[in-house]
Amino acid sequence: MTVLSKNLTRFYSFSQEGAGKLTIHFQDRLDVSNTAPLTKEFNVLLRTHKPDNLVIDLEKLNDLDDYGVSVLVELKRAMGNRRGNFSLTNISEKVNEILSMHRFDVLGRQPISTHKTSSSLFANLGDSVFNIGSEIRFMLTFLGDTCFSFLMFLRRPGGLRFNDMIEKMKHVGLDALPIVGLISFLLGLIMAFMSSVQLQQFGANIYVASLVGISMTRELGPIMTAIIVAGRSGSSFAAEIGTMKISEEVDALYTMNINPNFFLVLPRMFAAFLVMPVLVLFSDLFAIAGGLLVGVTMLDLTVSGYINQTINTLTLFDVFWGVFKSGIFAILISWTGCLRGFQVKGGAAGVGQATTSAVVTSIFLIVLTDSLLVVILRYWNG
Amino acid sequence: MINKPAEEKRVAINVIDMVAGYGEDVILNHINFKVYEGEIFVILGGSGCGKSTLLKHLIGLNHPISGNIVINGIDITSNRESNLQQVLRECGILFQSGALFSSMTVAENVALPMQEHTDLPASSIDNIVRMKLAQVSLTGYEDHLPSEISGGMKKRAGLARAMALNPKVLFFDEPSAGLDPITSAELDQLIIRLNGSYNTTMVIVTHELPSIFSVAHRVIMLDKRVKKIIAEGQPQYLRDNSQNPFVRQFFNREIESDNDLLID
Repeated sequence: MTVLSKNLTRFYSFSQEGAGKLTIHFQDRLDVSNTAPLTKEFNVLLRTHKPDNLVIDLEKLNDLDDYGVSVLVELKRAMGNRRGNFSLTNISEKVNEILSMHRFDVLGRQPISTHKTSSSLFANLGDSVFNIGSEIRFMLTFLGDTCFSFLMFLRRPGGLRFNDMIEKMKHVGLDALPIVGLISFLLGLIMAFMSSVQLQQFGANIYVASLVGISMTRELGPIMTAIIVAGRSGSSFAAEIGTMKISEEVDALYTMNINPNFFLVLPRMFAAFLVMPVLVLFSDLFAIAGGLLVGVTMLDLTVSGYINQTINTLTLFDVFWGVFKSGIFAILISWTGCLRGFQVKGGAAGVGQATTSAVVTSIFLIVLTDSLLVVILRYWNG
Repeated sequence: MINKPAEEKRVAINVIDMVAGYGEDVILNHINFKVYEGEIFVILGGSGCGKSTLLKHLIGLNHPISGNIVINGIDITSNRESNLQQVLRECGILFQSGALFSSMTVAENVALPMQEHTDLPASSIDNIVRMKLAQVSLTGYEDHLPSEISGGMKKRAGLARAMALNPKVLFFDEPSAGLDPITSAELDQLIIRLNGSYNTTMVIVTHELPSIFSVAHRVIMLDKRVKKIIAEGQPQYLRDNSQNPFVRQFFNREIESDNDLLID
């Protein structure tokens, strides 16, 4: 026997007659204000009494709304599940009107379809293969469009919107300089500090300069810069173009007979391609400065000694190699950002997804390309 | 404008046996209609009947499953790219939201089609932009960004951009959606005025009754149940004389007799 919560007894009482027959008498109101506690209450009631025949007496019920109807539907469904009888008595005209308006008779009968019918494994597999297929097709079309736009540019360079490009160059390059500089400086500092612990044991302090110089110019400088640019600009390209897509601006371009790829993608790719190498050079400089700070303050090196050692170890090729890679990264980042932007469907959630996926894809491609380049360089040099 | 002799009306848009839809969902099934030159033609119908889908097909954003669309004598459904480009040069489209480029000022938005498609020097483009903006009563807002002007102004700026190259055909996607009655009526007046002075063919997708009655020369009505055109003609005539009860209900703003709408 359950103890009825005191505040709920105002709304209902129940009586048991003989074996398995339970009558619930509703009073006052059954609406949005008391539905939730009552539903829980009745669950317990049905579980403890296990009636075969449930009668709902609505005689004293004054107010009923759709929330209240849902309580009745739940009761009806619960009785249906245990193959018991369910009936309503003393239905006033007003209550009946509300019940029929919310189609009470139909609702109780059908099971609720909470989610789509679970499709078979093969259908799901087919679906995802189809999705991957159409995504690849979209990517290839987009790649083709980009190449076509580039040819259009070669034929008529004046058609490119140089103002847009310069604005993007400022955004990708100049605005990123402080954060690229700071991170590279700290990275150089950390590397110098960590390696000095080892190298000091052999009295090889001076090689800290070589280590920082080579590793930053060849690998870490381009990679860190690329990751920062992917996070700052790749994401912003995707979000910007994605928003244009959902606000019909891209459609407007199509209908104005302006190639959206030429108009939106090329200026961004060119801007990234032109400023990334410069950013990488700055990154190299800041990293070397970071190493220099550690070298001078902790390793008793002189400023000129450190710089000399750096210049002696670094070849022009090291620097060019880093700059060359950054050009490739710039194309990957800007292209992926734009691609994800053009893939946006739906609304704000689509833009969010595109932004995330632009950054994740870019970083993956950066690391993948870098590994490939390392291998290629290794065999190329013999 | 040169007045043409009163010969038979020339067809501006001819839609022949077009089937449209997304994937396997057919939304419009074998529809045919013609729009004549200089006409204000309204496509209407209840929500979800395929009005916007039809418009997207007319301006080449979507491809029909089958059938042809001929605009100014050029079939945009066959040999698509070049034909479509040729046709689009003579069309202007006003999108539902205006679709102004948010990073550019109103004047730059209107100037864009001219910069891209003409060789006019910057100073003449500037002059024409001012004239276009004056036509839609937006003088003084040249240097505002789209986010700084009201919804009705965005529509008018969008219209100025759509008219930038003096198109022969103008398409409107729900021009009065989301506008207050006065602004909406002003936009209607503007449409009538432009149609009168330039003899521009106008195709308007809408379901705003007052607007339909004040601007439309001829309408077609789509219905999602049969996926076809269920009525064609003058709106006043259809309101009073249509054989189809649904059409009369639509024009008289009545509720359908059975409760279908509530249950859907």
